[in-house]
Amino acid sequence: MIETTPALAELSPETKLMCERPGTFSGGHRMCAGCPTGLFTKMLTRVSDEYEIVAGNATGCLEVASSIFPYSSWQIPWIHTAFENASAMMSGVEACYRSLVRQGKMRKKLKFVVMGGDGGTYDIGLQSLSGAMERGHDLTYICYDNGAYMNTGVQRSSATPLGAATTTTPVGSESSGRKGNRKDLTKIMLAHNLGYVAQASIHDIHDLFRKMKKAIDHDGPSFINLLSPCIPGWKIDADMAVESAREGVECNFWPLFEVENGKFTINYRPTAKKPVTDWVFSQGRFKHLKKHPEVIAAFQAEVDKQWAWLEMEEARTK
Amino acid sequence: MSNLTAGKPKIVPITGAGACAQAMRQINPDVVAAFPITPSTQIVEDFSAFVANGQVDTEFVTVESEHSAMSACIGASAAGGRVMTATSSAGMAYMWELLYVAASMRQPVLMSLVNRALTGPINIHCDHSDSMGARDAGWIQLYSETNQEAYDNLVMAARIAEHPDVRLPLMVCQDGFIISHSIQTMQLEDDKAVKAFVGPHLPYHSILDTAKPVTWGALDLQDYYIEHKRGQEQGMRNALRVIQEVSDDFAKTFGRQYNLFEDYRLDDAEIVLVAINSVAGEIKEVIDELRTKGEKVGLLKIRSFRPFPYEQIGQALSNAKIITVLDRSASFGAHGPLFTEISTAVYNYASNRPLLMGHTFGLGGRELTLRHIEHVISESRICLDKGEVGNRQGMWLNVRGDKS
Repeated sequence: MIETTPALAELSPETKLMCERPGTFSGGHRMCAGCPTGLFTKMLTRVSDEYEIVAGNATGCLEVASSIFPYSSWQIPWIHTAFENASAMMSGVEACYRSLVRQGKMRKKLKFVVMGGDGGTYDIGLQSLSGAMERGHDLTYICYDNGAYMNTGVQRSSATPLGAATTTTPVGSESSGRKGNRKDLTKIMLAHNLGYVAQASIHDIHDLFRKMKKAIDHDGPSFINLLSPCIPGWKIDADMAVESAREGVECNFWPLFEVENGKFTINYRPTAKKPVTDWVFSQGRFKHLKKHPEVIAAFQAEVDKQWAWLEMEEARTK
Repeated sequence: MSNLTAGKPKIVPITGAGACAQAMRQINPDVVAAFPITPSTQIVEDFSAFVANGQVDTEFVTVESEHSAMSACIGASAAGGRVMTATSSAGMAYMWELLYVAASMRQPVLMSLVNRALTGPINIHCDHSDSMGARDAGWIQLYSETNQEAYDNLVMAARIAEHPDVRLPLMVCQDGFIISHSIQTMQLEDDKAVKAFVGPHLPYHSILDTAKPVTWGALDLQDYYIEHKRGQEQGMRNALRVIQEVSDDFAKTFGRQYNLFEDYRLDDAEIVLVAINSVAGEIKEVIDELRTKGEKVGLLKIRSFRPFPYEQIGQALSNAKIITVLDRSASFGAHGPLFTEISTAVYNYASNRPLLMGHTFGLGGRELTLRHIEHVISESRICLDKGEVGNRQGMWLNVRGDKS
């Protein structure tokens, strides 16, 4: 299943650039063993030579694990203030930049990136995100979606998939885990008519890097929803984050696609359609579903429905 | 509004909110982020017109909530800008979490607060529940009796907040409707004179400085948090000196002297009222009337509530025989916030021990007339004659059906 890493010479110019530029995020952070969150943060300053990046975070795993005073993993300017306000906070940063440029006090080209987990984005941070996107600030929001409030110990969020066991949707005699389907934040962001919206996964680093570059290059608000497995939350082995994300894409739970000015492109089509069970039963959070075939059937039906919607949108906007 | 520009100072009839918007135009901040809420709305509306007409360089961020307004202000301040906002009541309550963040990050964000009651039940009129509720957030709080004072305080605000020994956010408070919507005649200073007085804003570890990347808002655990809080406290302690220095310079420049508090006919006063904001005007009128009859009555009006000048106030109240504190907010199950501060000041720093009374008044815009103030003073006199305050402690003034 795992592809061989291509030699540097075989990489696209963009990917080479990603590999060759100096990093922005130090080792020694306190992320869990095997957590893929550091992967995309390392790419931030590598996307272009044409500008520098200023980054901001919502409260969450990435923020907590990278900034324990007096240490910091951030080698680029970085700011965090609270859980639910990262987009508004960066709106202020970006607005100040525009003000200083207009006054002739600043000349260099800067770009602004905000990161948050699904809790800080789908839930408590949604209003702030929506406001920033609607106002049209030149910033890129990257949501790393691991499907629960992992930083506080795995409580359900509105991104938690159907049937997942979390500490606030535990499995019991009357419960088979999270009830109902997850919120589709990517669709909500599409409704903001942004110039660039994409879904990506941490297992396909080339696709992700290309999307990050596109999103950050884009002048105006852009959004990337990124599937980013959580080792303890998904109850998988520490070396399985990349593989687990890949399986999530292979079974169409997490389609890779991008929407540029309203035009849909599906970036990856699994060669053979896989049932969701391969992905679901490889994770401890779903293991109880073996006794609940009706939940698995509902899960599969939802995935098929969303995939059909995506194909329809792609055809419609061709 | 836009004709009130360059030239000499002008005597103009203007509302308190309008005056604060003029101060904001003259300060010309890099970023303003605000969300409309009554009664502070006119500040933001007037300022929007200045932006629309190109009279300021400000990037105006029309956020979707007050929570985001304060978030954007902090971000813009961390980006090295001079930053302002305006709000009232529930708007400030919604900012509450970020008020603490602004202060702990030492970001000198400036706020024009128009005091209004907090919801429960909803009420749009004046009391001080909003700013008093935020009294421990780490913001400098200056209060204003008149349109002129609200304007003057705002002109002084940036120099105080951005002073390297302070570096704390600052709110200038004025009474909702009573000041914000009432037209008073006041002196609007010349644009250039205000600009020169305020001076340039110097960025402090700006996150736009990519050559020297900084981490703002790190996780601060048991091993450092309290040291950072102590540093914040030092900023507040230093602010007492800096407020006075900037006020003295303001007096030299514009001719109006302000101090940490105002002592009105206080020197020989035996009966002293203590109050905040617009009601001080009515109290002064009653005092002037009673002074003609030989009554030794005076007023101590608070300007700087945070930091609170305990020592200076305690000393200023040393000659008082009875002090009656008027709180325009309530701390349920406790004395009003101003009363407790005055008690602390008197206990520690006054040379004798006067009687103390505390009254709650004016919640939700309930008016306090000259007759009510006369009544408060006559009650004070009765207590003084008896030598005790008895059951008159902690009264709520002008409340129907209140038999306490």
